[in-house]
Amino acid sequence: MNGFFELFAEYDVLGAFWMNIKLTALAAIGSFILGTILALFRISPVTSFRTIGTAYINIVRNTPLTIIMVLGVLAVWGQLKVEFFGDFDLNFFAYAVIALSLYHASFVCEAIRSGVNTVPLGQVEAARAIGLTFLPAARIVVLPQALRGAITPLGNTLIALTKNTTVAAAASVAEASGLMSTMIEFNPDLMIYIFLTIAIGFCILVIPMGIVTTWLSDKLAVAR
Amino acid sequence: MTLYPHTMTQSTPASEDPPAGTSTEKRPLVELTNVNKHFGSFQALTDIDLTIPEGQVAIVIGPSGSGKSTLCRTINRLETIDDGGSIRIDGEALPEEGKALARLRADVGMVFQSFNLFAHKSILENVTVGPIKVKGLKKAEATKEAMTLLERVGVAQQAKKMPAELSGGQQQRVAIARALAMKPKVMLFDEPTSALDPEMVQEVLDVMVQLAREGMTMVVVTHEMGFARQAGDRVIFMDEGRVLEDTDPETFFTDPQHERAKNFLGKILAH
Repeated sequence: MNGFFELFAEYDVLGAFWMNIKLTALAAIGSFILGTILALFRISPVTSFRTIGTAYINIVRNTPLTIIMVLGVLAVWGQLKVEFFGDFDLNFFAYAVIALSLYHASFVCEAIRSGVNTVPLGQVEAARAIGLTFLPAARIVVLPQALRGAITPLGNTLIALTKNTTVAAAASVAEASGLMSTMIEFNPDLMIYIFLTIAIGFCILVIPMGIVTTWLSDKLAVAR
Repeated sequence: MTLYPHTMTQSTPASEDPPAGTSTEKRPLVELTNVNKHFGSFQALTDIDLTIPEGQVAIVIGPSGSGKSTLCRTINRLETIDDGGSIRIDGEALPEEGKALARLRADVGMVFQSFNLFAHKSILENVTVGPIKVKGLKKAEATKEAMTLLERVGVAQQAKKMPAELSGGQQQRVAIARALAMKPKVMLFDEPTSALDPEMVQEVLDVMVQLAREGMTMVVVTHEMGFARQAGDRVIFMDEGRVLEDTDPETFFTDPQHERAKNFLGKILAH
């Protein structure tokens, strides 16, 4: 235990976790928006939209996140010189958020689509019978019910996203798991404690998400 | 009290003879020409030609699987039809897709067997969503009209509740109000009482009878023979996707021509 508490003075552990929280929040928003659009593509009456949606899911969902992250940093930034921000750290942070959003959008899409399957066909028919076209029917009738039916899988996706923010270390973002490696490198005698600190930190982040998810899915369930 | 005031000015009750010298021809509201429908290799509808004039209450009956629900659903294109046939609503051909189809659908009210009220919206919102989102009515105006309709179908007290909190009969009356809120030219009823507990059938039929009396053009798929006799102007008997008999209710019930119709009536009227 010798020197363990000094680590917190030497390294910015909370700041590193704060980075994971920022990545999670922004990528959650990004992947939710993109995932919803993809879900609309997947249930669209237009065949080519459905094909695009299916292709995206199959390619992105089956590619490891690390590959997407490294592809962004090495190919898009390194070779194509695409720069979002002049600031080095901020630029890589943006890359990490984009990679996380693109990757998790495919899971969000599938979660929403599973929610769409909980909406009876009659709801859509009734919406169309009063004269709503596809998008208003989706927005007013289908998605509100689908999202309530998809809270549990969406919560699971959020939990996976939170933990996957550690992959941002591959894009040189100063987050908790990267800090863990650094701390262990310089304090190998405290390896177990450092590891436990980071693990417990993630548990503190993730456990409330599971609780809130369960509570919300009960509270918002659509009575039929 | 009328359910649907503006229809009163357009039509006269069927029982009254028109004054001498005026035309008895009413404009055709629904015209089906050479309508065929396949589900894969199964032919659900065969060579349907039907014209439903304004103000008529057409009862569609037949054994299960006879194509009567499919017929009803093709009229607002919830089912597509095979190439070569056509369906016209008030003279206008049903468009294939998109905004034009949505606009025409708004003119055709539909009441489903399973009510299909929007489960996440209150009773009031169920009735106002169409007028607000499709017709662009102001919320206050739509609410006022919706409350009038809910009052008339007898569920105004429940306006703030969710659909799942209502009985089946109440839900179906809300579904009728929702369809009426769009001020449709014609109303389609696809077995509106088949999913109801017996004691709730009458309250829904009462609303439909009142609507029929006010001159609403209606296509009603039903097994309710009492309703057919009381409110129907015409009975269309279907079997295996074809129209076998097309006559007035009295003739159909007392003197059916086809063996299948006699057989069907024998089964449902036996007890």
